[in-house]
Amino acid sequence: MTSYDYVEMRVPAKAEYVGVVRLAVSGIASRLGFTYDAIEDLKIAISEAVTNAVQHAYDDESGEVLVGCASYEDRVELMITDHGQSFNFEEAKRRTGPYDEEIEPELLREGGLGLYLMETLMDEVKIHHEEGVTVFMTKYFGGERGEAHDEQRVYT
Amino acid sequence: MELNIERVEEEGRTVFYVAGEIDAYTAPKMKEALERVTPLEEADIVIDLTDVSYMDSTGLGVFVGFYKSVDAAEGSVKIVGTNRRLHRLFEITGLDEIIDVERIGGGE
Repeated sequence: MTSYDYVEMRVPAKAEYVGVVRLAVSGIASRLGFTYDAIEDLKIAISEAVTNAVQHAYDDESGEVLVGCASYEDRVELMITDHGQSFNFEEAKRRTGPYDEEIEPELLREGGLGLYLMETLMDEVKIHHEEGVTVFMTKYFGGERGEAHDEQRVYT
Repeated sequence: MELNIERVEEEGRTVFYVAGEIDAYTAPKMKEALERVTPLEEADIVIDLTDVSYMDSTGLGVFVGFYKSVDAAEGSVKIVGTNRRLHRLFEITGLDEIIDVERIGGGE
């Protein structure tokens, strides 16, 4: 298995912490040497995922959002879940899969812009839906993948 | 992380000068400021995002919602001063086809 540095954050499921996670992920991406544009993409994607988790956990005032960030030589992997219990990065990663728009209604609130942006700005997005929602996303250095998504339009 | 909104009445126009970051935490403040514009009938509104350093779908959602209300009341709303990153956000979501968005220094 390729080695990686792993950082985990546990924050209250409140909107004011979205920016805190964004800043931390931005710092990690910057240290890894991502380009300015790639860092800005990551900032939006992580914010969308955490925002979604915060909204999903809205009814549970004691809710927490867990963010796992694994940095490899060629990529960064982010995992975001609103289900704070027992978080095993490798195991949770294995359990995520491609999402189905038909069965993920709460991810498609507000016209699905958040999920659309994650898909467009990251190279890979997977979702696991069981005991809460877990989003798993990957971004590679160089941005050679996923560029074709840029031309897609939601509203046209 | 802050969001500052200044509202100025200029020659019959209402201009919002927005500065800071628009995300899940600050978007409600943006929404509130826009909702204070009354009446929307024949309103002429400009939203200047020159000093916005970060925005995501929560900000887009607020602007789309506001645009719909103003448009329904036959008023006008224009977004100006989007930097390259912000403009890209409007482009990849296709919202620049719906809302009038002008880049920093003019142009669409």
